[in-house]
Amino acid sequence: MATFIIMRLTFREAVRRKIVLAALLLGLAFLVFYSLGFYFIITNMQGMPAGAASVLARTEAYNFLFMAGMYAVTFLSIVMAALISADTLAGEIGTGTIQTLVTKPVRRAEIVLGKWLGFGGLLALYLMLMAGGITASVWLQCHYLADNWLAGIGLIYLESLIIMTFTLMCSSMLSTLATGGVVFGLYGLAFIGGWVEQFGSFVTTFGRPGGTQGLEAAHAAVNVGIVSSLIFPVEVMWKRAAYEMTTPLLRSVGFSPFSAPSVPSLLMIVYAAVYLVVTLVVAVRRFSQRDL
Amino acid sequence: MPEFVLDIQNLRKEFGANVAVRGLSLQVQRSEVFGFLGPNGAGKTTSIKMLLGLIAPTSGTASLLGAPLGDRAARARIGFLPEHFRFHDWLSAQEFLTVHGQLYGMPPATLARRIPELLDRVGLMPFKNKQLRTYSKGMLQRVGLAQALLNNPELVFLDEPTSGLDPVGRRLVRDIIHELRAQGAAVFLNSHLLSEVEITCDRVAFIKHGEVVRVSDLKTLAEGETSVSIRACGLTPEIAAGLAQWGRDIRLDSDAGRLQTLTLAISAEEALPVINQYLVAHGVQVYALTPQRLSLEELFIQIVGTDGGL
Repeated sequence: MATFIIMRLTFREAVRRKIVLAALLLGLAFLVFYSLGFYFIITNMQGMPAGAASVLARTEAYNFLFMAGMYAVTFLSIVMAALISADTLAGEIGTGTIQTLVTKPVRRAEIVLGKWLGFGGLLALYLMLMAGGITASVWLQCHYLADNWLAGIGLIYLESLIIMTFTLMCSSMLSTLATGGVVFGLYGLAFIGGWVEQFGSFVTTFGRPGGTQGLEAAHAAVNVGIVSSLIFPVEVMWKRAAYEMTTPLLRSVGFSPFSAPSVPSLLMIVYAAVYLVVTLVVAVRRFSQRDL
Repeated sequence: MPEFVLDIQNLRKEFGANVAVRGLSLQVQRSEVFGFLGPNGAGKTTSIKMLLGLIAPTSGTASLLGAPLGDRAARARIGFLPEHFRFHDWLSAQEFLTVHGQLYGMPPATLARRIPELLDRVGLMPFKNKQLRTYSKGMLQRVGLAQALLNNPELVFLDEPTSGLDPVGRRLVRDIIHELRAQGAAVFLNSHLLSEVEITCDRVAFIKHGEVVRVSDLKTLAEGETSVSIRACGLTPEIAAGLAQWGRDIRLDSDAGRLQTLTLAISAEEALPVINQYLVAHGVQVYALTPQRLSLEELFIQIVGTDGGL
C-alpha cells in the first residue's frame, strides 16, 4: 500500500517539477528533427534505380537510420535514468524530508520500492515516446519495421532500468554528486569496454594483422569487454538490442556500425536481469539499515 | 495498557569514537508534557531519532506505547515534528496532509474530516491549495505540526516546535500541547525556549553529554528553589541568623537607610508565614516579604553549567 503511495508521489513530483513537461517537449522536438532528417534522406534516395538490389539497399538504409535514432534514444534514456534518480534518496536524506516519511508506519523497503516503481514507470513512458516515436516515424514514412523491434526496445528499457536501479542504490549511501560521479564513471567504463571488445572481435573475425601475438591481444581485448560488461551490464544490452534489430544481411555478416561481431549471449541478458534484482535488493537493504 | 507511554533504558549511541548519547534512561507517562532540555550537542536530537527508529542505538532498549523500538504498528499512534524539517514543497498543504495521512494508513473518509479540521486549527485553511514552496517559515511550521497530529497520536515528539514562530504561533503551539494533554496524549518536547517549557511542561529532564543529569517535576523544582526577599525595619544580624532554621544563603544588606533588605533561599513556601511570625515576634516591622521563584533558565544554568556542553 505504502509502495503505491510513494510511487504516485514520485510521479507527481516529476510532473510538478516540470520534468515530464521538459522531457515531453524536448522529446517531441527530437522526434520532429529526426523525422525531418529521415524525410530528407529518403527523398534523396528516390533517384535510385528500381530492382531487387535497390530494395535491399533501401532496407539497409532505413535500418541504418532507424538504428541511429535508437542509439541516440538509448543514450538519452540512460542520462534520464541517472538524472531522475540520483537525488531522490540522497537529497531527501540530506534535507531531512525523509524523516517524516520513514517515521510513518511503513517499511523503509516500501519507500525504495515505491520510488523504483515510479521511476520505472516514468522511464517506460519516456521510452514509449522516444523509441515508439522513432519506430512510428520510420514506419509512417516508408512502411519499414525493423526485425524484433519490440525486443530491442525491451532491452533498451532493461538497460535504463539497470542504470536507474544502480543510481538508486548509490543514492541510498552516497551524496547526489558522488552518485552521479560513480554512475557515469562506471558507464564510461562499460562504454569503452564495449568498444575495446568490438575492436578485438573485429580483428579475431576478419583479420590477422599481428600474427599469433596480435590474435592473443585481440582475444584479451574481447575479454576486457566481457569483464566491463560483467561489472556494469549496460552497454552490452544495447549491443544485444542492436543485434536483434539489425537487418538479416548484417546479422549474418556479423558486423554493423552499432553492434559487435561477438553477439552478447542470452546468458548475458539473464545476468543483467539478476544484476538488476541484486542491485535493487542492496539498495533496499542499505537504506533500511542506515542512520537517517 | 502500559504504565509508561515511553520507557527508555540505558540508550546509547556511538558515532565512531564519538559518544553522542551515553546512557539515556527516563520514563514518560500518559497525559504528561515532558520537556527535554540540554545545551547544544547534548544528544537531544540523536535521542529523539533513536526513539523514532531513524537511527539505530548502539546499545540499550526503549519501549514506545508498550512496543519495542522500531515497531511499525506503534508508529501509527505516534506523531513527530522534526527539527529543521523540510517537506516536499511542490505539494499543497491539502495534498501534503493527504499523503501523510495515507502513509498513516488512515481511510479516505477519516482524512476528509480530519484534514480540514487540522488546517483550520493551525490557521492555514485559506492557504490549503497553495504549494508549500510559497509558505513562510512559520506557515511551514504550522503545517508540520498539523502533520504530526493527523493520526490523533497518543505520543507526540516535537523537536523545537516553536522555532520560527511569532508570538501568536507560539501561543498556538502551547494551546495545542495543552489540548493534547487534556485528550490523554503524552508530549515529548525538545525546546531551547525555556520560557515556553516552563509554561507547558509537567516534568523536564536535563541532559548533558548524552546523559540525564536530573529529572524534575517543574512545580516542585520551582518550589524547592524559592528565594525570599524581605524588606523590613529593625533587623539585626542575630535575628537574621535565627532564620537559618527555615532557610539558607541568608544575606542582610544593612546600608540602605531606614529599611533593610534580607534575602534567603527556602525549600518550601510553607515556611513564609512562619518566618513572618518569627520576625514580628522579634519586633521587626515587615514592609514586604516576596517569594521569588528561580526561573527555569537560572535552574538550567545551575544544573547544566555555563560551558554549553560543547
